Amino acid sequence: MNKFIVFLLVILLTHTSYAQNIEVCKTCPTSTIKEAITKAKDFDTITIKKGTYKEYNIIINKPITIVGENYPVIDGELKGEIITITSDNVTVDGLFIINVGTSYTEDYAAIRVRKSKNFVIQNLVLEKLFFGIYIEKSNYGKVYHNKIIGDAVEEYNSGNGIQLWYSNYIEIEHNYVEHVRDGIYLEFSDNCLIKNNVSAENLRYGLHFMFSNDDIYQDNTFENNGAGVAVMFSKKIKMLNNTFKENWGTASYGMLLKEINDAEIIGNTFQENTIGINIEGSNRITYKNNNFINNGWAVKVRGACYTNSFLENNFLYNSFDISYNSKVNDNVFDRNYWSNYTGYDLNKDGIGDVPYRPVKLFSYIVNRTPETIILLRSLFIDIIDFSEKVSPVFTPDNLLDNNPLTKKATW
Amino acid sequence: MLKILKYSFYDLMRSRWSYVYFAFYLLLGIVLLFLNNDLSKAVITLMNVIIVLVPLIGTIFGVMYYYNSKEFTELLLAQPLKRSSIFLGQYLGVALSLSMSLILGLGIPFVFYGLFKSAAIWDFSLLLITGIFLTLIFTALAFNIALSNENKIKGFGYAILLWLFLAIIYDGIFLMTLIMFEDYPLDKVSLIGTMLNPIDLSRTLILLKLDISALLGYTGAVFKQFFGTSFGLIVSFSVLVIWVLLPVWRISVKSKKKDF
Amino acid sequence: MVSIQNLHKKFGKNQVLKGVDLSINDGGIFAVLGPNGSGKTTLIKSVLGMVIPNKGNIEVLGNNIKKNSDYRHKIDYLPQIANFPSNLKVKELIKMIKDLRKNTNEDERLIKLFKLEPFLDKKLGNLSGGTKQKVNIVLTFMFDSPLIILDEPTTGLDPISLIRLKDLIQAEKTKGKTILITSHIMSFVEEVSDEIVFLLEGKIYFKGTIQDLKTKTKQPDFEHAIASILSNNHA
Repeated sequence: MNKFIVFLLVILLTHTSYAQNIEVCKTCPTSTIKEAITKAKDFDTITIKKGTYKEYNIIINKPITIVGENYPVIDGELKGEIITITSDNVTVDGLFIINVGTSYTEDYAAIRVRKSKNFVIQNLVLEKLFFGIYIEKSNYGKVYHNKIIGDAVEEYNSGNGIQLWYSNYIEIEHNYVEHVRDGIYLEFSDNCLIKNNVSAENLRYGLHFMFSNDDIYQDNTFENNGAGVAVMFSKKIKMLNNTFKENWGTASYGMLLKEINDAEIIGNTFQENTIGINIEGSNRITYKNNNFINNGWAVKVRGACYTNSFLENNFLYNSFDISYNSKVNDNVFDRNYWSNYTGYDLNKDGIGDVPYRPVKLFSYIVNRTPETIILLRSLFIDIIDFSEKVSPVFTPDNLLDNNPLTKKATW
Repeated sequence: MLKILKYSFYDLMRSRWSYVYFAFYLLLGIVLLFLNNDLSKAVITLMNVIIVLVPLIGTIFGVMYYYNSKEFTELLLAQPLKRSSIFLGQYLGVALSLSMSLILGLGIPFVFYGLFKSAAIWDFSLLLITGIFLTLIFTALAFNIALSNENKIKGFGYAILLWLFLAIIYDGIFLMTLIMFEDYPLDKVSLIGTMLNPIDLSRTLILLKLDISALLGYTGAVFKQFFGTSFGLIVSFSVLVIWVLLPVWRISVKSKKKDF
Repeated sequence: MVSIQNLHKKFGKNQVLKGVDLSINDGGIFAVLGPNGSGKTTLIKSVLGMVIPNKGNIEVLGNNIKKNSDYRHKIDYLPQIANFPSNLKVKELIKMIKDLRKNTNEDERLIKLFKLEPFLDKKLGNLSGGTKQKVNIVLTFMFDSPLIILDEPTTGLDPISLIRLKDLIQAEKTKGKTILITSHIMSFVEEVSDEIVFLLEGKIYFKGTIQDLKTKTKQPDFEHAIASILSNNHA
């Protein structure tokens, strides 16, 4: 046992003693990054001093660490991709990368990881970019604490902030992404953790993922994105404690769920979105302890959604709580708090004595003739909603919360 | 005119009805805020109340005041005063005392609740402004009805009908029209339809604040321009002003031609 | 003082005045008489500008009343029904009317004359009809205008107040004012008026002194003279 420890120590010590540090600056012997990479041996560290380096197509093909001191600027001069990582065990830290080239045929990125493992990308600032951090067919990496500020105007000639493609076991944490096409984009990427990121004011989606299973999204904020967040064709994902805010517009959602099965959506806040959650073809999802505040529609169910359960959520001051477009209901609503509830609680057990019907007749009318939205909150509408409540004709009559809470749900 | 306004206002400020009205709002404000303890919900409930009740009370009160002060009006008519200033003065007296009751009745509990520190102050101010506009409009309409109908019962009947029509029936017809012509582009029609009814117009103004998320879900470009920019707010307020000025203008024309 | 030419007024289908021509000279007391619905009040209200005539011309003190309403500053008017805003106190009403027209000190004398001091702090809604009428009289007589129009001034007055009212009217007359009265109380009319105008079915049937009327109808007293006009016409 002791021998083994000694052996390990020797390995480590020799290792570090071999690892060199190469400095790059304008007046140093090594004045370009490419030169430094060529000179570096495996497990060396390259320190880049403050300054502007006009380089692109930097290929990191050996396991090295590149650290910037006081955010040196790497200016790609719009000529193409700037950094490409093709080796395992690469760390890139503390760089300011600007002017990524734009192309209609190739997805140039500020930093790309290709078929590599155990990479760390952290403390980068990316500006004037096409794609930001592009991870393809790479596993077990970390993307920490980066700031990506794009200036995208049109969808067709802009790229995504952080993109994962066929990459598993990636941790994306504490990043800030704004003004790109999709803030964070995942395709065919499983077992990833997306945590504590802020994705705001992006042209299309704050978060967009497809065919990506068993991922966890936690404590993120998605705010004021063109179309909110789109989650499609994925299984067993967990969305916990995220905030979806101020996604306004015709085709805009806090979150769009399409063909999502067996997911858990817990503790999220959907606030001031045109549609809080738009659900299509999604089954066996648990919605629990979410806050739906001031949305146009808190939840819009578009059909083919079965065995979902909405438990102990707060529906506060939404123009419409739930909207259905069919008369069939196979979903459960139980123990939610509805600010529009007008029932009473005689035995004071915190549960209203009259069931609540979250679907209003008027939401059907608006579905059919959208212009009628202008009559929202009219006394006439209240009267027809009331009559529908008393004897449901158009709305599913088993769509009820039998135990509506009389005080906000807490957890 | 200002002198008559002053006396009508004083007169109403002593009338028990002003206090009933004031007390009603005070009670409403207190119940909403202190029993419910939910400012956002209070503002929504208040909106419903203001949209429905303020026009009703404005109409009834306007008609009632006109008929009840008929002899007083005759006394004033016998004085060397301009007719239009007598009626406009009385009208303003009623409208202002109603507005006062509204502002104080709702304002006091809200101020005690800590309104000035709350973000809801804008929603609340908008509610009050809308309430005042509705009072001005419906009191003016009530005076118009009363000036055109010597018969008290008839006048009251028309006043209630007017309220019923604008508060409920109009929206029913409006809804039917929209559904019937749903194959056509309707966003302009629906906005114009809103402008033609002061209750709908005020409701829209409040929707701009409370339900902007839902309103922006609709595709029409006109809608978007209307609700997405300050354009809607400016147009709505301008039309509300027209809604006040038109009946007021008719009061002054009608009063000049009337026999007493 | 007042000159009326060809005055027509219709209320709906009801033709109330059918071409009234009347001129009233300066000074003196004129009584406008006639059966119910003959158009007395309409005539008076036309002069006051409260009723807009369909046709015809009215001049008061040489001014056409259509042109502007300033002539009304020269008229004191006692309306028939004295129903005031019930929430106001007597004192406040007097103050208000003074505020609306012009200031005067006459009111104090008149209040004393009609013994209204105890009522000054009472609300008008709590006063009896007679007291209200006294307040009404005070409001009318406290301004010093050359033309005074009294519509049924005696309504509800007790005998003492009636005497005071008569004195008041006489006093105004001696100041050279023109006073126009309508009344149903024939004895009152006979006592105070210098000249009468008798309206019948929207037209002036008779204008002249009471003596002339008696001569014309060959009746010994005023009441019978009036009665004979009515019965002759309806016969």
